[in-house]
Amino acid sequence: MTEPRKPESLRDAYGKALVEIGERDPHVVVFDADLSGSTRTMLFGQKFPTRFFNVGVMEPTMMSMAAGMSLGGRAVFASTFAVFAAGQAYNFVRQSICYNHANVKVVATHGGLLVGGDGGTHQMVEDLGLMRGLPGMTVIVPADAPTTRAATFAVHERDGPAYVRLTRENLPTVTDGSFAIGKAAELRAGGDLTIVAVGALVARALEVAEELAQVGISTRVLDLASVKPFDEPALLRAARDTGAILVLEEHSVLTGVGALVASTTSENYPVPVRRVGVPDVFGESGDPWALLDRYGMSKERIRDEAWELLKLRGKAT
Amino acid sequence: MGEELPADLIPSLEAKALEIRRDVIRMTYWAGSGHPGGSLSVTDLLTALVFHELRIDPQRPDAPDRDRLVLSKGHAAPALYAALALRGFLPREELRTLRKLGSRLQGHVDRGKLPAIEAATGCLGQGVGMAVGMALDARLAGRTNRVYAVLGDGECQAGPTWEALMAGGHYKLENLVVLLDRNGYETDGSTEAILGIEPIADKFRAFRFHTIEIDGHDFRQILHALETARATASGPTAIVARTVKGKGVSFMENTHVWHGKAPSKAEAERALIELGIPDTQVAL
Repeated sequence: MTEPRKPESLRDAYGKALVEIGERDPHVVVFDADLSGSTRTMLFGQKFPTRFFNVGVMEPTMMSMAAGMSLGGRAVFASTFAVFAAGQAYNFVRQSICYNHANVKVVATHGGLLVGGDGGTHQMVEDLGLMRGLPGMTVIVPADAPTTRAATFAVHERDGPAYVRLTRENLPTVTDGSFAIGKAAELRAGGDLTIVAVGALVARALEVAEELAQVGISTRVLDLASVKPFDEPALLRAARDTGAILVLEEHSVLTGVGALVASTTSENYPVPVRRVGVPDVFGESGDPWALLDRYGMSKERIRDEAWELLKLRGKAT
Repeated sequence: MGEELPADLIPSLEAKALEIRRDVIRMTYWAGSGHPGGSLSVTDLLTALVFHELRIDPQRPDAPDRDRLVLSKGHAAPALYAALALRGFLPREELRTLRKLGSRLQGHVDRGKLPAIEAATGCLGQGVGMAVGMALDARLAGRTNRVYAVLGDGECQAGPTWEALMAGGHYKLENLVVLLDRNGYETDGSTEAILGIEPIADKFRAFRFHTIEIDGHDFRQILHALETARATASGPTAIVARTVKGKGVSFMENTHVWHGKAPSKAEAERALIELGIPDTQVAL
């Protein structure tokens, strides 16, 4: 798999944005659980050591501490890998943060299969379902570094809990970074089919759309980085305009963005929806990009699903 | 003790604790569910905190420099609600609404619904962590307020409780006090039969807490321990308060049976008589 555009680190974008936030908000505090080099919160810690707490390997209590710290009026960021943030610490995110409506931004790196070599124990593919289900939680999945930067600022400015899921692998820049909470970004206009994608699969959506254009199929591509709240008008417009939606996510198809798109269209404007993502299985060790292919998110599979939808709509035979 | 206590202080606290225990019985009866056993055991600790130790003011419930109380054993909500009502944070008649639809008095304490409830708790093992975060926040902001976490003994079986204690010790949070309501019983039976937590005071010491063991129903000892905690500048304090589950109601004492069960009308009236309500006024 060759990525067409220059890949950049989402984690670096996050760490650098945190430093900028630290400079203009003297009250912001950052927590990490012994992964500050990987999550890049270390950049903040080096600049603002008194406002940085590396609490060691105790993700659940990190969430409670972050909540307690925020209840006096601060914005607090807490970072670790997605499997620990949303999995290990789930009920602490639920009660300490969300139930208290604490102003804590959980920024989780290493979401999805692209963790690669660490294997299935560390490849979190259920986090969006868990976090999306929490009342009051904002959920963001940036597709590239500019969106990561914008999303970091956006969640800082918005009062209340947020979950931001970042990818370990560098990703090509596919947006202009004009991210806004609650807004989908239309990265490509089209009338025959819509591809809704999040995270690392937005780039693949654009590649497949380009291939389809070569044979006269016009594909709309929506980056649904703001998973909650999500841009329901843009989604329903896409359903009306194109009549079919393909969803791509590096997440379990049971509880992720595909489920969100299917249920929303089903209730409001039913059109055929197909979901490309991780089937109901855990991952395994391997080359990150090879894992995406192996677990059902290859470009070939995406293309096949697109043609299935086009056939259903009578736009292909 | 550092200074003489006013002569009427302890009798006054004892009288308030008795009122609170009566309210715990009434509230759990009215609600038809709740946790009387652990509410009665922690009543004296909460009375000492709410009426003597904490710098809190019903007229200024959001004052930034107020002391924070986190009831980590959130199921003891009836005792805290009764204490806060007696202290003027909510109308006492509202105690009738415990656990009722639309009430501010949730089954487990809920931040934002009532003043002086600093954190929602109930799922155990989270209160000390939030208290540690609050204590770090106060230190960072240069505020002088103190943070008190009231912990249940069943909760000492939860790993995250120890994560949080490890953090409190590591950061040498002199503004943090953890009070353990060591009543010996959890939902299914005695802690030592289910999963022993002893030697609990040694465990707190090993986690770098200055640890004081007291009789949790002796106000002189409670106040002395709190005063010692305030004078301890080297780090956090743990107060291991040996208490009696169901304290004050003979048939509720020293058993797990009343951990999460409300009294019937007859049982509640019998309890109230034991708590000094005259026969003629006991009818619920």
